[in-house]
Amino acid sequence: MTAGPVWVKSEREQERERIRRAQGRRGASVATVSVIVFVVLVATVVTNAPGWSRVQVAFFSAEHLRASLPDVAEGFLLNIKIFLIAEPLILIVGLLVALARNVKSPAFLPIRAIAALYTDASRGVPTLLVIYLVGFGLPALRLQGIPTDPATLGIIALTFSYGGYVAEVFRAGIGSVHPSQLAAARSLGLSQTKAMRFVVLPQATRRVMLPLLNDFISLQKDTALVATIGAMEALRQAQIHTLDTFNYTPYLVAALLFILLTIPMARFADHLSERTRRRRSA
Amino acid sequence: MSSLLSIEGVWKHFHGNSVLRGIDLEVRSHEVVSLIGASGSGKSTLLRCANLLETVDDGVIRLDGEEITDPRVDVDGVRKQLGIVFQAFNLFPHMTVLANITLAPRRVHGVSRERAEQEARDLLAKFGLADKADAYPDQLSGGQQQRVAVVRALATRPKLILLDEVTSALDPELVREVLGIIRELKESGMTMLLTTHEMSFCREISDTVCFLDGGVLLEKGPPDQLFGDPEHERTRAFLQGVRESGRL
Repeated sequence: MTAGPVWVKSEREQERERIRRAQGRRGASVATVSVIVFVVLVATVVTNAPGWSRVQVAFFSAEHLRASLPDVAEGFLLNIKIFLIAEPLILIVGLLVALARNVKSPAFLPIRAIAALYTDASRGVPTLLVIYLVGFGLPALRLQGIPTDPATLGIIALTFSYGGYVAEVFRAGIGSVHPSQLAAARSLGLSQTKAMRFVVLPQATRRVMLPLLNDFISLQKDTALVATIGAMEALRQAQIHTLDTFNYTPYLVAALLFILLTIPMARFADHLSERTRRRRSA
Repeated sequence: MSSLLSIEGVWKHFHGNSVLRGIDLEVRSHEVVSLIGASGSGKSTLLRCANLLETVDDGVIRLDGEEITDPRVDVDGVRKQLGIVFQAFNLFPHMTVLANITLAPRRVHGVSRERAEQEARDLLAKFGLADKADAYPDQLSGGQQQRVAVVRALATRPKLILLDEVTSALDPELVREVLGIIRELKESGMTMLLTTHEMSFCREISDTVCFLDGGVLLEKGPPDQLFGDPEHERTRAFLQGVRESGRL
């Protein structure tokens, strides 16, 4: 449709755009100045603080950084591996448990009870304790077929511990889909299972993306807990270096690697929430 | 009579589409102006521009002589003088009716709690909602909720009330009670700019009716002229369609 008046930008609108640009420039320069002042202030206070030279030697030593980085980085690959294997396992366990808790049929009461018990136990017991129980307890049974590799045992423990959280996130997501959606799907002749699979779960999954990512960011750093049962991951490697030299730079190296891994995930979560916000306001 | 709200050559684009294409409109004090037209004709966008929920892409809107489309304007200060009622009520579900109504008087206009609540109760009584003051929105019918929303808009003593299809989400039997309250507002001399699909009501209550088509204000005039003898073919076709669907 092209009939009707044609827009020619008026002088008033041009003036308005000029004002908006000026406002934007003013905002940007205020931001720049405040950042510079802040950084200079913090740098001055920190570097002039008594003991700064000792902090520098103990935490920011270039020499120890060079010596420990290869080992810590190699150990960090194990962290990533543990994380990448545990994550899908947790998703599966979480989803299954969430679905089990939603089963309505009376015949499945035991399943519902077990699922509820599991969420209580997995969320109630400290992760470190689970790792000890699985990491030291399972091999001590000396049963056939039980893994003895600390990384594998760590994955089992983390999956147990996080499965309960993720199950609750999924359950909340399923509960947040309005009952009329299920009613609409069922009235088209879809069975309860099919309605769940094609209508409810896709909507629920979209809604729980952010809390799930939050749990996974937490999982990324909790892979370091596996160090306690002897897996040679980043924290353990850093510890070995530090015990030799009494210098704490390797810990800082490990910490930086963990942060570097978390940042992309955190930004991805930001991106998702921004997208959701835009869709809502559109 | 002076113009309370004056709209001059207002343009608004969304993603390359022109939703408003050079709208001119005057609303004088104590006047009721209705905007009619098909969905997507720009009625609601025009209301949202008047409330600064949308920035205009060109043109001027003045409220009581002050240009409110200036980028340096105090947006909250402008909105203090306006009341708006939405199609979907938009009451705050975690607050009682009384808290919904007294929120802006207390937190924005600095009215004391006692006075704000007293005035809110008076308004509720006036519109037959006295016993609902302590109820929560989900305990009310749609009609009651929308009446509360009108009271909430009134509580700040606005110069002008904007009503955006306030009956579209209601059952026919509930529409009547909301239209009743708007009629009372007109009798009390409130200035109103509204969009509606209720044509008979629009004809009865409006001083001026404007027909919007594709973002252009095609025709405006007193209701009898616009409904009885419209100038434009488009207006006639629109009214014919409305008549055939039994809404006039």
